[in-house]
Amino acid sequence: MRSAVVLAAALALSSFAAGASSNWRAHVPGKEQELTDPLPQSADNAAAGQELYRRNCSGCHGADAAGRGHKPSLRSSHVRSASDGDLFWLLRNGSLAHGMPSWSLLPEPQRWQLIQYLRTLPE
Amino acid sequence: MHFLLTALFLSCGVAGAQELPYFVTYSHHLEEPGNLEIENKTAIAHPQDGNAFLGSAIEFEYGVAGWWTSELYLDGQTAAKEATTFTGFRLENRFRPLLREHWINPVLYAELEDTNGADKSLLEVVGHDGTSDLAAPVHESSPEKQREAELKLILSSDVHAWNLSENLIFEKNLSNQPWEFGYALAASHPLALHGVPRPGSFAPQNFIAGVEMYGGLGDRHAAGLHDTSHYLGPTLSYALPHGVSAMFSPSFGLNGNSLDHIFRLGLNYEIGQLFARER
Repeated sequence: MRSAVVLAAALALSSFAAGASSNWRAHVPGKEQELTDPLPQSADNAAAGQELYRRNCSGCHGADAAGRGHKPSLRSSHVRSASDGDLFWLLRNGSLAHGMPSWSLLPEPQRWQLIQYLRTLPE
Repeated sequence: MHFLLTALFLSCGVAGAQELPYFVTYSHHLEEPGNLEIENKTAIAHPQDGNAFLGSAIEFEYGVAGWWTSELYLDGQTAAKEATTFTGFRLENRFRPLLREHWINPVLYAELEDTNGADKSLLEVVGHDGTSDLAAPVHESSPEKQREAELKLILSSDVHAWNLSENLIFEKNLSNQPWEFGYALAASHPLALHGVPRPGSFAPQNFIAGVEMYGGLGDRHAAGLHDTSHYLGPTLSYALPHGVSAMFSPSFGLNGNSLDHIFRLGLNYEIGQLFARER
């Protein structure tokens, strides 16, 4: 019983520590990094993503996605160089220790539409 | 002072994230850090041997961190032919111990409540709660103090656009009463999986439909389903423009100890990044 409690505490701590790293891309499993957008690349999907961004993300990252307060810009090279799979992983898991919530509540197609919109942003 | 308040609110934005259509059940989705959500949850019912009532809770929910949400509830009630009264307050905190999404995500919930016996907000059903508790006249029930500690184990999953949430409730009246138990279960699914470029007010992507079930599981001395009440009903949430969302659910009593039906309404406004600094 005692060892089970210790194991559970160790798992919780390791999960907390892993989530606490600011370099979230380092934690994306290889299989998920390789995920590609299953939706057709289209202006409609990007425009739908823009609307989803306005509703769900602009409050923190700003209407122009250039960041707000200490919330990061989504036009940065760090985001631009991330793979589709990296961004999809971040939207699913968030980075809770750094204030980025999980968006797993959004249906997967809407998360891909958001990513298509992010790809249209200039630097 | 006015200047400071004005500056504070000018620095805020409106946030419009979709809400799950749950009145009793909690999911693993916490308030976004820095956002303040103001929500009113109302329960309307008519016990067979009592007066029709409207129980209401105003909720202030603040995202302290990505893994921590804190809430204050102010409860009140009004009953036909009786008084309208403030019935107490609740303070609660929710914590996510695991910082990644898993197939099932636990959340720990701790609450202190100081309400009286006239409280009819029906934010949970525990122990042997039933119609007789809700039918008592306000002048008889309001002197009863309910200083309670409540713990919940929240388990929740997002699977293929479904959210499935299960709550186990443990409540203890601090005046030497036994632990009482309860449960809440819910499932929901958005009406549209894809977004559209210019969604109208009634676009399917603005709606989430679901089903919710909750009830009591007795107490430490008499655990089980005997002499408990249970409810089941469909539920719907609707994301309106400008950060407002609304919820509606008719719940139906499943046994003789339950109210025949409860109509639940919710209205929610979310203020984004309350203390954010502009660049």
